[in-house]
Amino acid sequence: MSNNEAWGSRVGLILAMAGNAVGLGNFLRFPAQAVSNGGGAFIIPYLVCFLLMGIPLLLIEWSSGRYGGKFGHHSTPFILDSMDRRRFWKYLGVFGIFTNLAVAAYYCYIESWTMSYVYHSLAGTFDSMSQSDVAVFFNNYLNVNTSTTGLPYEAVIFYVFCLLLNTWILSKGLKGVERAAKIGMPLLILFGIILAVRGLTLGTSAASEEFPNADAMAGLNYLWEPQFDSLSNPTVWLNAAGQIFFTLSVGMGTVHCYAAYVRSKQDVALNAMSAGWMNEFVEVVLGSLIVVPIAAGYLGLDWIKENAGFGMAFKTMPYLFEQWGPFLSAFAGMMWFGLLFFAGITSSLAMGTPWQGFMRDEFNWSREKSAWSFGAMVFVLGIPTVLVYQVLPGGSIDQIVFDEYDNWAGTVSLFVFALAETILFAWVFGMEKGWKEINEGADIRIPKIYKYIIKFVTPVLLLAVFLGSLFKPLKNDWQSALSGLFSGQGWTLDNSSVIKQLFVSDLREKIANATDAAEKLRLEEKLVYTACARTLLLMVFMGVCFLVYKAYLKRKSNNPSA
Amino acid sequence: MTTAALITIIITHTIVISTCTYFFIKVLRTPLKPEDEETPEEK
Repeated sequence: MSNNEAWGSRVGLILAMAGNAVGLGNFLRFPAQAVSNGGGAFIIPYLVCFLLMGIPLLLIEWSSGRYGGKFGHHSTPFILDSMDRRRFWKYLGVFGIFTNLAVAAYYCYIESWTMSYVYHSLAGTFDSMSQSDVAVFFNNYLNVNTSTTGLPYEAVIFYVFCLLLNTWILSKGLKGVERAAKIGMPLLILFGIILAVRGLTLGTSAASEEFPNADAMAGLNYLWEPQFDSLSNPTVWLNAAGQIFFTLSVGMGTVHCYAAYVRSKQDVALNAMSAGWMNEFVEVVLGSLIVVPIAAGYLGLDWIKENAGFGMAFKTMPYLFEQWGPFLSAFAGMMWFGLLFFAGITSSLAMGTPWQGFMRDEFNWSREKSAWSFGAMVFVLGIPTVLVYQVLPGGSIDQIVFDEYDNWAGTVSLFVFALAETILFAWVFGMEKGWKEINEGADIRIPKIYKYIIKFVTPVLLLAVFLGSLFKPLKNDWQSALSGLFSGQGWTLDNSSVIKQLFVSDLREKIANATDAAEKLRLEEKLVYTACARTLLLMVFMGVCFLVYKAYLKRKSNNPSA
Repeated sequence: MTTAALITIIITHTIVISTCTYFFIKVLRTPLKPEDEETPEEK
């Protein structure tokens, strides 16, 4: 069974690739990062990092993917293997499958929330709810024991339905993915533009007795007012680099996989630029014009300053839409959560393709078998993210397994893989060959300076971001930490640094300091769940390593000189 | 809205929208190259 699929059209490929990059972070993470990192001035380090790290990584991944595709490889283990003979590269390539399995497990859960919220918006569930009622509704939704619709285990049902939809589309192969992108991306942009126009035209019309100073323009001003002094703060630069890294979905193996289906003489340079800048359009233009202005228009700037963050999408936006009247609120809710759903599904579909590519290439599995096996594995890995949580005092939910997956698979693994692939491409495969590969069939001329940026600047930047998260100082305050270090006061790691997280230091400290017996027991249980989640991740990684080894043996027996 | 914020919005949005549009139009206008079915030797 040969895996000789190819993209049906160039626009389809670019929309699929842009859809892979555009995710919930474009609408929720970017505005929160901008607000807390210098407002309008944040765009300077952000665009600098896009030019020096984002574009180079896109070029590396697109050209590596197409290069591997020439030899019939559609997943990172053997794409990396085709670039250098040493055996360990294929095991580093395991990250490009493992990450997608683990991230899809919790990402599909978030996607299922958006699906469920589209339903609730249209069904009028949020009508006449207060702001706190909407927040409580979200907590109740995550608490699977509490039904919000009368349906038992509603969160589980929507999760399974979402996973089935993803798997079904994947079973249709690239055609299915392309069709989903061709429907999803234009709708996402259309919904985004409609909501952005509302955000721009809201002004002070929504001020109320409770929030007399509410003004959408004040929100926009707060987001975009440049605070140039922030540019001297290393934290702002690290956060900008982190935002660029996560928004482009690089370091996952999905770009390689999609690019591996590009025919050998077709362009990758223009495609990479086009998909990358489309992601920037959605993030910078649409992402900044929806959540912050609309929330500031109803709740005022002070509320934004205290509450801006990821939770606003589900805990606040339905309440704000409610103020537009029953018909418009249903319509706006459908557009907002529909937009997030399309952003989510175009990304989660991309996560399924590396596994499919690997199993089809190496074990001759059919499109359907590889898709349904992906769905089954994601279900087994993902169901603990739905069912393992703790209800905190006050009703909010601590999603233990979900957070562990996000941290180790969705954050740390990406940096490790991106750094490894950059070194492989620029220093092992060789920049001369790499540059030739980027420019082969190119429909645009990439400035030659990128040859040197890819070789020297991008690996240094990646290393800086990686070391930055490994040794994150107390309260992420680099200025104080560096001056403290030079004055001989040493370096205090923050509990969110990778090293401290590896040893679960934060949780252990809390257990040691807990005085209440019930709270101590809860924390000790959390420690056990954390260990289980990590074991599960490790088992998946080792399992994929084993499959790569089996595939290697199979190749060797078929072709002893390989 | 302050002038500084307005200028930042105008500059940023102009850069992003014009660059995105430029690349996307270029994609739409550039035809695909003829296929080559040859598979190269590995490594």
